[in-house]
Amino acid sequence: MKIAVCAKQIPDPATPYELDPEHHWIVRPDDQILDDTDRYGVEIGLQLAEASEGSVTLFSMSPAGNLQGIRQALAMGADKAVIVSDPALKGSDALVTAKVLARAIQQEGFDLVIAGTESTDGSAGVLPQQLSELLEVPALTFAKAVEHDGDTIRIHRQTPDGYDEVEATLPAVLTVTAGVVEPRYPTFKGIMQAKQKPVEQLTAADLGFDATEVGAAGSAQYVRSVTPVPARQAGEIVEDDGEAYRKILEVLEQAKVV
Amino acid sequence: MDFEFSDEQKAFRKVVREFAEAEIAPYAEEWDRTHEFPTETVLKMGELGLFGLPFPAEYGGSEADFTTLCIAIEELARVDQSMAITLEAGVGLGINPIAVYGSPEQKERWLPDLVAGRSLAAFGLTEPDAGSDAGATKTRAILDGDEWVINGSKAFITNSGTDITSLVTITARTGQDEISTIVVPADTPGLTVEPPYRKMGWHASDTHGLRFDDCRVPKENLLGERGRGFHQFLAILDDGRIAVAAMATGVLQACLEHSVAYAKERTAFGRPIGANQAIAFKCADLETMTEAARLLTYKAAWLKDQGLPFKQAAAVAKLYAAEAAVTATREATQIFGGYGFMDETPVARQYRDAKILEIGEGTNEIQRLVISRGLGLPVER
Ligand SMILES: Cc1cc2nc3c(=O)[nH]c(=O)nc-3n(C[C@H](O)[C@H](O)[C@H](O)COP(=O)(O)OP(=O)(O)OC[C@H]3O[C@@H](n4cnc5c(N)ncnc54)[C@H](O)[C@@H]3O)c2cc1C
Ligand SMILES: Cc1cc2nc3c(=O)[nH]c(=O)nc-3n(C[C@H](O)[C@H](O)[C@H](O)COP(=O)(O)OP(=O)(O)OC[C@H]3O[C@@H](n4cnc5c(N)ncnc54)[C@H](O)[C@@H]3O)c2cc1C
Repeated sequence: MKIAVCAKQIPDPATPYELDPEHHWIVRPDDQILDDTDRYGVEIGLQLAEASEGSVTLFSMSPAGNLQGIRQALAMGADKAVIVSDPALKGSDALVTAKVLARAIQQEGFDLVIAGTESTDGSAGVLPQQLSELLEVPALTFAKAVEHDGDTIRIHRQTPDGYDEVEATLPAVLTVTAGVVEPRYPTFKGIMQAKQKPVEQLTAADLGFDATEVGAAGSAQYVRSVTPVPARQAGEIVEDDGEAYRKILEVLEQAKVV
Repeated sequence: MDFEFSDEQKAFRKVVREFAEAEIAPYAEEWDRTHEFPTETVLKMGELGLFGLPFPAEYGGSEADFTTLCIAIEELARVDQSMAITLEAGVGLGINPIAVYGSPEQKERWLPDLVAGRSLAAFGLTEPDAGSDAGATKTRAILDGDEWVINGSKAFITNSGTDITSLVTITARTGQDEISTIVVPADTPGLTVEPPYRKMGWHASDTHGLRFDDCRVPKENLLGERGRGFHQFLAILDDGRIAVAAMATGVLQACLEHSVAYAKERTAFGRPIGANQAIAFKCADLETMTEAARLLTYKAAWLKDQGLPFKQAAAVAKLYAAEAAVTATREATQIFGGYGFMDETPVARQYRDAKILEIGEGTNEIQRLVISRGLGLPVER
């Protein structure tokens, strides 16, 4: 099975994010890490590939930087990576990103595309569905368990009350939730091997896009303004006079958690 | 001069830190309390390839340099010394003698499982009456036909009684003035693993006394040349010193991080305790000691990796880092006040655990002996 795994490089969430003041785009440092949510996609991809003697190719769009995030996924065991990195892509919105990734994936060929449900830095939660539309294949989303048998892929789709069983024939797009599998830690051997693995860097032009189709020019979506998250309010302290549980239940009911 | 680790070493340090934070740190307090050797976690360390780091690929190893091994040991020690010593002893004392002195058959037989971390090996040098003076070993091995017959006892042997221990390499007297090294498989009749010690620290590390009563192993279990045992273990201990210094560096790093965080967060007299020079300066000293220990450790590791003489550097690093770690854990405990005296506080555990760093694999006094002899001084052993 030929597996394409989306692997987004993002600035380390442990460091403060910087936005450029004019467009409010995230300033992307040279050091970017693999989005934690994509570790699950990589792991599922590796497991499916191991079971089917398949291969795992990573697809990513972002300034390449020092490729640390991509190497993290290669060190876990992915075979190679394709990264689309081009100043012309600056300001591309989610749909343009999907178009770029779709074309790169198409060019390489695939049986299954795996992505996270939503990225840690963008959190749009739309790109995989856009990919499925552009690639004209079904989308199996929010998988918390995945099974593969010949041409069929079956998942447990997470719902608020439990899960749905969903099935499709390949080729398809799959999104996985955190917790679908325990991602492996890269070994030192894996880290050393990652250095030797092929990383293909493409520009928008390599994929046949002209400058008006991508970047801010090609994007319908832009960021109008940015507001800092309000500082957290101090919590309410309920003194227990024997009746505190009533008050707590009330709050929980208001929050609709019970 | 270049003080940078390679990109791969930095990436690996991050992985080991993440592993240690996720798989060890949350449980370290419990293992300390229950004196449990967490076999499952040690097997996970094996899956991460930690036990195979410096060994050849043909036995499943990663062919990493010694510096990289030290990075892994330092990162484990930062959250838990018991797991760090399990790795340090497993690699340095357990696997290393076989990898260095073993015959092709011995390597073929033992290394794949050890390197993969599916089993553990121990090294039995110390005896109830022979520690620093390890040459005074009384354990005897007499050749009887095709077998060595071993009688005697060993004391304080790390990793010797776990569920996954496959062998103990011991030193034994094989003649009048002759010490040799022999591999004793864990299930050999006549080998008794005594109940675990009640230790002051390193509660989750496995330590036992061993007894040999007419314990018979095949003649081929001799490791390396007959009569070379003394030289073999001296060389093994030189490597081990750098690795123990790496452990001490991890302990120092932990003390530094915990202390600085607590000094900012804990308030007394309406201000953070770190606003008092008495506390802030302790943190400054911790930073200085950590930095010095790290430099000495990785300088020694670098010398070894370059194939340059490192005996003196290893003893200097081990001596300084171990003493600094004991000082640092005492000071960190002081910064934590009454909470520092509670067993469940990480620096309290580090405090109890750190003392052995000044004793194991050559006491401070023995390091000073090695260093002064290295200076050409006529001190006696
Ligand atoms: C205003 C704006 C400016 C932008 N500027 C740039 C820019 O300058 N340069 C640039 O390269 N991109 C740029 N982007 C693209 C952005 O980084 C996202 O990749 C894109 O918007 C997808 O949104 P998301 O991350 O919220 O995706 P979601 O829909 O939340 O992502 C779901 C999953 O899709 C996959 N995925 C998403 N994005 C990528 C990716 N880029 N590569 C690989 N897999 C991915 C991951 O598996 C992820 O878990 C910009 C986007 C916006 C809205
Ligand atoms: C938890 C733990 C794990 C251990 N693991 C192992 C293991 O896996 N394998 C193994 O073989 N051993 C192991 N040991 C043993 C350890 O290496 C010895 O305890 C150590 O070498 C000291 O030996 P000793 O206890 O006999 O002390 P002694 O040698 O009796 O020393 C007592 C004191 O005298 C000092 N002293 C001795 N000789 C001199 C001298 N010439 N000049 C100045 N001072 C001197 C010492 O420095 C020390 O302060 C372990 C010990 C512990 C506690």
